[in-house]
Amino acid sequence: MVNGDMMEIRWHGRGGQGAKTAATLVASVAVHEDKFAQGFPEYGPERAGAPIRGYTRISDGQIHQHSPIDHPDVVVVLDETLLEIANVTDGLGEDGVLIVNSDQSPEEIRKRVKLEGGKVYTVDATKIAVETIGRPIPNTPMMAAVSKVTGVVTRKGIEESLREKLGHKFGTAIVEGNIAAVARAFEETRGE
Amino acid sequence: MGERTILTGNDAAALAFMHVNPDVAAVFPITPQTELMHQFTQYVADGEVDTELIPVESEHSAMSAALASALSGARTITASSSAGLALMWEMLYVTASSRAPVVMVDVNRALSAPINIHCDHSDSMGARDAGWIQIFSENTQESYDNAIQAFRIAEHSDVQLPVMVTLDGFILSHTMEVLEILDRETVQKFVGEYNITTKLLDFDNPVTMGPLALTPHYFECKRQQIEAMENARKVILDIGKEYGRISGRSYGYFEEYKLDDAEVGVMVLGSTAGTAKVAVDLARDKGIKAGLLKLRVFRPFPGNEIVEAIKHLKALAVMDRSASFGLTGGPVFNEVRSASYGAGIDTLISSVIYGLGGRDTYPEQIADLLDKVRADADAGKVRDVQRFVGLRE
Repeated sequence: MVNGDMMEIRWHGRGGQGAKTAATLVASVAVHEDKFAQGFPEYGPERAGAPIRGYTRISDGQIHQHSPIDHPDVVVVLDETLLEIANVTDGLGEDGVLIVNSDQSPEEIRKRVKLEGGKVYTVDATKIAVETIGRPIPNTPMMAAVSKVTGVVTRKGIEESLREKLGHKFGTAIVEGNIAAVARAFEETRGE
Repeated sequence: MGERTILTGNDAAALAFMHVNPDVAAVFPITPQTELMHQFTQYVADGEVDTELIPVESEHSAMSAALASALSGARTITASSSAGLALMWEMLYVTASSRAPVVMVDVNRALSAPINIHCDHSDSMGARDAGWIQIFSENTQESYDNAIQAFRIAEHSDVQLPVMVTLDGFILSHTMEVLEILDRETVQKFVGEYNITTKLLDFDNPVTMGPLALTPHYFECKRQQIEAMENARKVILDIGKEYGRISGRSYGYFEEYKLDDAEVGVMVLGSTAGTAKVAVDLARDKGIKAGLLKLRVFRPFPGNEIVEAIKHLKALAVMDRSASFGLTGGPVFNEVRSASYGAGIDTLISSVIYGLGGRDTYPEQIADLLDKVRADADAGKVRDVQRFVGLRE
């Protein structure tokens, strides 16, 4: 890795699932926690349902490069139907982390993506989102899973950020739903 | 000094404009600039600024309105990209020639065809002879800082020319990055009052603007315009230093990264300069004494200063994110090589075209390029004057 102290996260989702929001929101939480960060989507014609990628870089020092993340430390998959079609594990190293929104176990996911090294985690983020927020948008529980697994941003930071970003626009019920989703994801994210 | 935050390049430029609080904004949307003016019009709607908003029907009209507004005595902004800038073409020249100090952000995007919304520098490079000062940004911080300094440079009585601040489409415009922002009062104090020497609406001192000037006068007008651009050289440095006093970030024509003791180097402008810094480190890890010259000011072109900064290098690759069809190399390469002529330097200068239509450029690719540049130095000649980085062929 170019910068030893940098964590690079690649998000895979489908248009409408909030991968872009998650990528930039995690970056913004990191900055509020006194780190340096970049958050950016892979841009193309915007189509609901089309596979998209988002990127987050977090570091203790200034980040200079402006290029996509080809060798991520962490891959987050918001839609498991992408596992077989989006090459989600491309460039994921021996110490890499794969976090998938799925009701399957990490072991089952590992078999599906034929991953050799690394660590696999799963959380049924869509179910959590439906039950807490009332909509099948899995990005909030997936951000929480990233926080739990990597510790690169704190749970408190995510919660504060959700209150700040969503409160103004969507009101208390949606905010509380998202906070509940964070709590559920912290409990239900499982590793191997 | 400032407040630490995270914003996209578009939002950072919009915030700079909000802090400046211009009198007039003439706007028309185009990807990837749209979010910049979207955010600024939000400031207008929320009453955060006193700006008169002119939503026009095309970019040609946007620049026409901006020109007239600036000359009538109002501090004026606009922003565009790609085809939008191309549609302004006629008025870009009129604005510069009329000495209207409009400040514009160009969010760099490729020109069609094929249709492409992503970053390259073809749009602003095509406008390089229109008479605008051009300042490029490496990151969101510089997008914010350059947008503020632009007003002081444009409106300076020795200059009075429009300034185009550019930031790379999507790569900066839509990327959230850390930056430090100033408070509004500090920025207000820095830019001061808009006070150009002649105003159309100054009824005590009536003037004619935009008259016919045929063979007896046109040439002299152009000579004055050339002079104004020359004057901008000093002003840009003065303002860059003064900005450093309020922000802790001083600016010059360019930034050098590990160039002092370098034997080979790359030169690039815009967001790729950041990527090139990482590449220089990679190359140095491999034992190549590499350095970077990041060009910030493209017009006026700081040729003498660049030559001074690169003359100790054995070889240099100049990277262009645009092509000049029918000419070897892109615009930046040709300017650098031209500036080197007769300057008594032995640096082997080669051209690299990269990133057209938003093709991604990685640190490893620039590190490989530096390896080739070193091989040029070892061979004592430029083995390939035109290279392409990131091209499939």
